[in-house]
Amino acid sequence: MATTIIQTEKLVGKRIRRREDPRLITGTATYVDDMQMPGMHHAAIVRSPHAAAKIRSISIKAAAEAPGVVAVFTGKDTEKVGPVPCGASLPGLRVPHHYILAIDRVYLVGHPVAVVVATDRYLARDAADLVEVDWEVLPAVADPEKAIAPGAPPVHPQWPDNVAFVYNQEGGDVDKAFAEAEVIVKQRITSQRLIPSAMETRGVLAEWRGADRQMTLYTSTQVPHLVRTLVAGMLGLEENRMRVVAPEVGGGFGSKLNIYPEEALMGFVSMKIGKPVKWIESRRENFLCTIHGRGHVDYFEVAAKKDGTILGIKLKLIQDQGAYHQLLGPAIPTLSVLMMPGLYRTKNIRAEVIGVFTNCTPTDAYRGAGRPEATHGIERMVDILADELGIDPAEIRLKNFVHNEEFPFPTATGLTYDSGDYAAPLQKAMGIVDYTKLRAEQAAARKQGKLMGIGICTYGEICGFGPSPATPAGGWECGTVRVEPSGKVTLLTGSCHHGQGEETTFAQLAADELGVDIDDILVLRGDTAIVPYGIGTFGSRATAIGGTALYYAMQDLKVKMKKFGAIMLDSHDVSYANGQVVCNKMGKSVSFKEIAAASYRAMKLPPNTEPGLVSTHFWEPPNFTFGFGAHIAVTEIDPETGQITVRRYLAVDDCGNIINPLIVDGQVHGGVAQGMGQALWEQAVYDDNGQLVTGEYTDYTMPRAHMMPWIESQHTTTPSPVNPLGVKGVGEAGTIGASPSLVNSVVDALSHLGVRHIDMPLTPEKIWKLVAGGKN
Amino acid sequence: MIPQTFEYTAPKTLDEAMALLASGGKPLAGGMSLIPMMKLRLATPEHLVDLGRIKDLDYIREAAGELHIGATTTHYSVESSALVRGKCPLLSAAAGAIGDPQIRNVGTMGGSVAHADPAADYPAALQALEAKIVIRGAKGERTVSAADFFVDAFTTSLESGEVVREVVVPVEQAGTGTSYLKMPQPASGFAIVGVAVRVQRSGGKITLARIGVTGLSNIGYRAWAAEKALEGSAGSADDITKAAALVAQGIDANSDLHASADYRRHLASVYAARAITAAASKA
Repeated sequence: MATTIIQTEKLVGKRIRRREDPRLITGTATYVDDMQMPGMHHAAIVRSPHAAAKIRSISIKAAAEAPGVVAVFTGKDTEKVGPVPCGASLPGLRVPHHYILAIDRVYLVGHPVAVVVATDRYLARDAADLVEVDWEVLPAVADPEKAIAPGAPPVHPQWPDNVAFVYNQEGGDVDKAFAEAEVIVKQRITSQRLIPSAMETRGVLAEWRGADRQMTLYTSTQVPHLVRTLVAGMLGLEENRMRVVAPEVGGGFGSKLNIYPEEALMGFVSMKIGKPVKWIESRRENFLCTIHGRGHVDYFEVAAKKDGTILGIKLKLIQDQGAYHQLLGPAIPTLSVLMMPGLYRTKNIRAEVIGVFTNCTPTDAYRGAGRPEATHGIERMVDILADELGIDPAEIRLKNFVHNEEFPFPTATGLTYDSGDYAAPLQKAMGIVDYTKLRAEQAAARKQGKLMGIGICTYGEICGFGPSPATPAGGWECGTVRVEPSGKVTLLTGSCHHGQGEETTFAQLAADELGVDIDDILVLRGDTAIVPYGIGTFGSRATAIGGTALYYAMQDLKVKMKKFGAIMLDSHDVSYANGQVVCNKMGKSVSFKEIAAASYRAMKLPPNTEPGLVSTHFWEPPNFTFGFGAHIAVTEIDPETGQITVRRYLAVDDCGNIINPLIVDGQVHGGVAQGMGQALWEQAVYDDNGQLVTGEYTDYTMPRAHMMPWIESQHTTTPSPVNPLGVKGVGEAGTIGASPSLVNSVVDALSHLGVRHIDMPLTPEKIWKLVAGGKN
Repeated sequence: MIPQTFEYTAPKTLDEAMALLASGGKPLAGGMSLIPMMKLRLATPEHLVDLGRIKDLDYIREAAGELHIGATTTHYSVESSALVRGKCPLLSAAAGAIGDPQIRNVGTMGGSVAHADPAADYPAALQALEAKIVIRGAKGERTVSAADFFVDAFTTSLESGEVVREVVVPVEQAGTGTSYLKMPQPASGFAIVGVAVRVQRSGGKITLARIGVTGLSNIGYRAWAAEKALEGSAGSADDITKAAALVAQGIDANSDLHASADYRRHLASVYAARAITAAASKA
C-alpha cells in the first residue's frame, strides 16, 4: 500500500501518434489474405460479362476436370441459401430476390454465376475461364432517368417501370412558402456514382468444422456481428455456431457495411467440401461487385424572400439503386432528405424520392451516405440564391442559420439538432482567410482577365448513428472493460475500427478514466467470439456511441474497484483517483494492480460482490449528434485549358470535444481528399449497355497525394449534450464539406460569365467549354 | 488479377535473349504495361523473356556528339542522369513526366518505346530530337529514325524476334532551347496531350524548330507545318501563336472519356505555344 497520489498526465486532447500505425506502415498487419490454414482451398468466381442476359445453360464439365479443381457450384446448388438481405424498409419497397449465385438471369456486369474451388488460387482462376455459359443477351439500362422513361428495358421483368420505391416526406407548409416567395430558384444537380476504393479489397475465408458443427468466417467487414447474424441465417446455421472475425480491415468507407453474396458463398463451399476456403476479391471485381456510392439526380427548388430568407425547399430525388438492394441501399436517399434543410431554419420542406433499378452495381452507404448529396444540393442552392439576389454567399448563410438559442432545434424533417453555434466556424474561417481581402483580390483579378473563385460550404452532418428506433438494426453499442489479474486492461468494443484509430483514442479515454498507463491498455474488436455483441463502425458513430459504452462500463468498474479497495484499506470512506483507491481519512491507498490481483484471488470479497473485474455496458444514445462546420476553397482557373488549381483549402469543423487532434486532422484530410475526388475527378461511368467504362484505375481517377493541396484544419468546439464525452463525430465531415465548397468556388470564379451551376466532376474540358462559351 | 500460366526466363546476355525470342518468347522490359494487361488476361504470352538482367543493356553513354541509352535503362535513370540532364535536357524532362516515381523506377526506355503507347511521353521527345532507334534482330542490327519507328498505335517497325537495343539522341548544341509540357490524363498519368519542342536561334531568328506531339492521335508525330511556320520567324509571341495553331493540322484527334477530339486539338495548340515559348526563351 502506498500513500502518495500520482497525478497522471491527461491524454484526452493530446496529439498521440496512432498505436496501430507501426504494423500498418511496415506491412506486418494481418488481413484476410495473409491468413493461411491447413487444407485451405481457394475459390474463383465466374461472373457475368453482360449487364442483362438470360442463362440458357452452364457447362461446368471442363472446369470440374481441370487440374486441382475439387468442386464447381452454380446457382442451382446454392438456390436454397438465403437471399442477400436488404435491411432497409420503406413503404411499398420492391425487393428483388437476391440469390448468391444467379439462377437463370443476370442483372449486372459482374453478377456471380458460378464458383470454382481448387487447391490453389491460380488453378481456381484458370479453371474459372473453362466454365461455359450460353447467354441470351438482353437490352440493359444504366441511367436512372432513362430507366424510368417509357419504353426502357425492365431491369426486373416483374417491375416494368423500374421503380424500386417512391418515398415522400413533408414538413411545414411548402405550398404556402412557395406562394409567398419573392424569388424561386431551381436547379438540377447531380451527385455522380463513385467507387469507394478501400485500399484492401474484400476477402472471405470460411472454415467449417463439421465435427464441432462450427463455422468461423474471416471477412473484411465493418460489421462482424451483423454478418454473423445475417450470414448464419442465410446458411440456415444457428447463430451461436457461427463466429465472424474481421481481422485487420484496410478501409471500408461504407462499402464493407454490408452483407455480400461471397460471405455466404464461402460458408456454403466450406460446408460442402469440409475444408477451409478463401476468396480474395480482385480490384476489377471490387469495381464491379462491391457497392458504389452516390448516384443522385436532384431537382431542387428554393423559395425565398428578397432579403435572402429561405422560406421553403422542394426536392425531387432520383436515386440510382443499381440492380439490387444491398443492406441499406434504399435508406441512403432518405438520409439525404433528413439533411436537406442543412443548417438553415426553414421549416417547410417537401421531398419525393424515386428509387430506380438500373443494370448497374448496387449503390449503398459511401462515406457520408446521403449527407454529402444533400449538403451538396442545399449548399449549391444557397449560392445560386445568393447569386440571384446579389447577396454575398457568406451573408445569406449567416442570415438563415439556426440561432444559438434555438437548440435543441427540431427540424422540418423530424430531427433534433443537439447543439451548435453555426456562425462560429464560418466567421472563424472568414477571419483566417481574410474574406474581405480575398473578395477585393478577386475583383482585381477579374479586371486582369484572371479567373479566381471563393467557395463556401457550411454543412451539418448526422453523426453517432443512432438511436435504435431510427436505424434498421440496433443503434446502440457495446463496450466491455476487463481488468486482468495482472492489472492490464483489455477493452472490448463492438465498434469495428478499420483505419479510424480507435486503438489509440479508446486507450486515451481509458487511460484518463482509469488512471492507468496507456501501454497497459489493449483494445480488441472485430471478433464475435471475443466481443459480447456490437453494431460496428459506420456513420461517424464509433467514438460517440462505442466510446460512451466504454465510458459507462468504466464507471461501473470503478465502483466495483472501490468496493475492493474499501475492504483492502478497511475503510468505508474511499475514493477512486488516478488508478488507485484512496482512503479519504488516512490518505492510504491501494494500487490498480493490487486491487486487480485481489479481485481474482478472491480471498476476501466485498459484500454482495462477485470475484473478477469485468464490466460490460450497452449504451443506447438518446439522439444523434450533429457536427457542423465551414469550409472555404479558393481556386484559380487556367482559362486556356480549364484546369483548376486549389490555391487554398480551409476546413473549420466542429465535432464537439476532441480526444486526439492528430487523428481528427487525419480524418479531415482524408475526408476532404474524398470530397475533392468527387468534386474534381472521380466518376463511375457506364455505357448504354451497362458496361463500366471506368473499370480500372487507368480511367477512374482516384485522388493521389500529389494532386492534393495543403489542407488547413481548424476547429470550433461545441460539446454535444447527447453523451458524457461531449463528442460528436468527424469521420465524414471532410467529405461532406469538400464537394460543395470546391464547386461553389469554381462556379464563383465563372459567375461573371453567366455560369450558375456545374455538375461534378469538374473536368478541365467542362470548365474550358464554359469559359470559351461563357454559358451554363 | 491472376495471369494465365506462362514461362519466365531471365537471360544474362542479349545473345541468349535473342535465341529465346527467336523461338517465340515475348520480351519483358519493365512490364509497366504488359504485366497489367496480363493480369487482366488481355495479354496472354506463353513465354516471357526478361531483358532486365542483361547488364549491357542498362547504360547511358556519350559518343561522337550523341547519347546512347540502353534499352533497359529506367525512366528514373534517364530523368536523373547528369549526362542526360546536361546534354539532352528534353529527354530527361520527358522521362521525368512519365507516370509516378514507382513507374519511373521500374519502367524502361526500351520497353516504353517498343510498346508505342500513343499517349506515352517519349515519342514526342524522340520525334523532336530526331532520335534513332537501334534494333537488334536475329540477322544483326539496324537503325531507324524515330519518324520511321513509330508506325501506329502500339505498332512499331520492329519485326518479329527483334528488340530495341538502344536509343540514340543528339547532344544538344549551343543556342538550342527545349521544353516538354503535357496535360496528364489524371487517372493514368499518360498524356492527354504532350508537346516536345526543340528550337535553335541565330541572328534573331528561329533557325530550327522540331515539334513532337503525343496523346493527340494514334502516334507520336512531328508537327511539320508548325515547324515550318516557326523556322525563319523572329519567334515573337504572334509567330508562336500562329505556329502553335498548326500542330494539330490534318490530325485525326483521339476522343475518349477524358478529352474530346476538339478539346485535345485545342490543348495541343495551347501546350505547343507554351512549350515553344519556354524553349525559345532558353535558346
